[in-house]
Amino acid sequence: MKVPILYNVRSVLQRPVSTALTALGVGLVVAVFIGMLALANGFRVALARTGSDANVLVLRRGADSELSSGLGRDVASMIAASPHVANGADGRPLVSPEVYVLVPFAKVFDTTQVANVVARGVSDQAWTVRSNVKVVAGQRPASGRAEICVGQRLTTRFPHTGIGATLRFAGRDWTVTCHFTAAGSAFESEIWGENEQFMPVFRGQFFQSITFRLKDPAAFDEARRALEGDRRMTVDAHRESEFYAQQSQLLGVILGYLAFGITSIMAVGAVFGAVNTMYAAIAARGPEIAVLLTIGFKPLSILTSFLVESAIIAAVGGVVGCLLALPINGIVTSTTNWASFSEIAFSFRVTPLLLFWGLVFAVVMGVVGGFFPALRAARLQVVQALR
Amino acid sequence: MKYLPLVLANLGRHKLRTALTILSVALALFLFASLRTVVTTLAATAQFGGARRLVATNATGIVFPLPLAYANRLKAVPGVEGVSWANWFGGRYGDGKRFFANFAVDPESYLAMYPEIVIPPDQKEAFLRDRSSALIGKRLLSQFGWKLGQNVTLQGTIFPGDWTFTIRAVYTPTDPVIGDDVLLFHHAMFDERIGRAGIAGWYIVQIDNPDHAPAIAKAIDDLFRNSSAPTKTGTEREFQASFATMWGNVSLLMGTIGLAVVFAILLVTANAMMMSARERTGEVAVLKTIGFSDRKLFALVMVEAGVLALTGAAIGLGGAKLLYQATNFNGMGFLPGFNVTAATLLLGGAVAVALMLASGLVPAVRAARLPVVEALRHVE
Repeated sequence: MKVPILYNVRSVLQRPVSTALTALGVGLVVAVFIGMLALANGFRVALARTGSDANVLVLRRGADSELSSGLGRDVASMIAASPHVANGADGRPLVSPEVYVLVPFAKVFDTTQVANVVARGVSDQAWTVRSNVKVVAGQRPASGRAEICVGQRLTTRFPHTGIGATLRFAGRDWTVTCHFTAAGSAFESEIWGENEQFMPVFRGQFFQSITFRLKDPAAFDEARRALEGDRRMTVDAHRESEFYAQQSQLLGVILGYLAFGITSIMAVGAVFGAVNTMYAAIAARGPEIAVLLTIGFKPLSILTSFLVESAIIAAVGGVVGCLLALPINGIVTSTTNWASFSEIAFSFRVTPLLLFWGLVFAVVMGVVGGFFPALRAARLQVVQALR
Repeated sequence: MKYLPLVLANLGRHKLRTALTILSVALALFLFASLRTVVTTLAATAQFGGARRLVATNATGIVFPLPLAYANRLKAVPGVEGVSWANWFGGRYGDGKRFFANFAVDPESYLAMYPEIVIPPDQKEAFLRDRSSALIGKRLLSQFGWKLGQNVTLQGTIFPGDWTFTIRAVYTPTDPVIGDDVLLFHHAMFDERIGRAGIAGWYIVQIDNPDHAPAIAKAIDDLFRNSSAPTKTGTEREFQASFATMWGNVSLLMGTIGLAVVFAILLVTANAMMMSARERTGEVAVLKTIGFSDRKLFALVMVEAGVLALTGAAIGLGGAKLLYQATNFNGMGFLPGFNVTAATLLLGGAVAVALMLASGLVPAVRAARLPVVEALRHVE
């Protein structure tokens, strides 16, 4: 027969302070656990959303980032003529040969902090090729003029990024004509201008990457073979989505390790807390347990009952932890993605799945912490305890 | 001191609880020390820089090169004693999973300017003589199992192709911030292979007097202001700090987590202390009856809390110090000179004392104020 759960709930309520302290300890661990994973999650999502499955990104062979690549105009026109490229509504190929550079900007809140911001010179097709990019305010830069469009995430962190403002870099003044969003992706941390405007002021007659829309998204391998096998150019073709996911790998792995390392150490501490609490609870209730055993409850039921009690305390802590972690959802933070050497802003993402895992984690801590104390309760010598 | 056996006996009553409490304090302080060391290491990287060294980069951004021809014009600036240049290479070794910095330098002037890079004289000479050789940090030896005299091949990511170097010298840095996992090779050979493009990523300028740094930096920038590649010159420290700030709010993040850890463990310890105090209500009453003063009882409970907190702190902080030293940890190359500083240890000690006060105060006050008669009623 099972010991009613009500018994455990009432017992827990008997010692509110020590239960609350233990639950809060578990709660903090869960909060840090969720917080760190939300950070790693936000970073991954920002980069994973950057690319599209239907797009192909072409770099010079061997280049591991857009920054280290370089492609001539001849390559750009050869790719534009490729049969694998989709055509836009106006019948022109959906290709964007791009100039990709980093420019240093001082931050708004602390001008001694300088961040390397991506400046991307794009063709006018880019706005169609990158289907997630949307202009939210103002007009797209006009061709042939020193105008730029600024990613939404930059506007709050860097000065002179409002519409109509002039931003100075590469020895020229650029007028901000619009702001754009890109579904939370890394593009939102970039400045876009026209490639023909950026080319002469930055690195000469070279593009860094060429992105095009596939005519048939399923035919990526075919397109890749055709491009990489073309003797006239030495390029690597990447699926755009995979390329940006790859760029996030290094930092994603570091954040993942950090989350795992820190929370596992904290978890051990919290488990110790649960062990202490449960031992004390059981020691104080010796006669009670003996009575339960005497009136016919099986030791196994006692064991389960105390595990449940420990799990209840931990679950309460888990809920507290989830509540503590919820407010960080959406907070924007930024760091340098060392794989591309550029500054990227992203937000903490607390997902329902993460909250669920936080709760599971809490209950696991409770069960682990409660096991040995519960075992002791189950093995209690009735006669001795009843004295 | 004569009450020490009493304190120890109290702690020994629930050996498991005592051990678990000490261990959780130890874990908390281990984590605290680790997180804080990330912060101090990043700060140390930002503070690095010879007072007499300036760095000139392209004003448009760090990724743009400067003409090699600037070297002679820099040498002519008043107050400049030496000029060297370097170029980021960004080569990958093997599968590229393990990143390490590698760049082309002008060897003679570079080594003259960086006495922090210590090389055995015979190796130094061999490195300077062989244009296709490389100088590597001692960590790379153990990391990849390389040997002196061996040929290693890097794949260029920015400068395509396979680049093979002969390891002619191994250095040990005297300043840990320099990092012991860098590969340096000859700029002359680099320039030749990329078709004499005549580029340098950045210039290092040695000046006669640190006080003249702002004036000389301005003189240099003025010199190139109207050229195709204007410069941005600052002290080496500013140059380093610009990299350190790229981490963004990592420091804040680490600090917040550290606080959460300390607070969580405070709860665990306080809980354990209160539990053990509650169980001993009767005993405290007996001690009072046989003449222990309130103050003495207060002190006894505090000492008990102190033993728990300080033992835990010693294990946790000492463990962190020794572990990172023994494993020569450097955060995959991102945290050169990762070392738990004395200040961190002290701060950890202060946290332990705070822990003792916070966890011991309530039970200690309760013990001191215990009404004897009432408490004795519960003693069987």
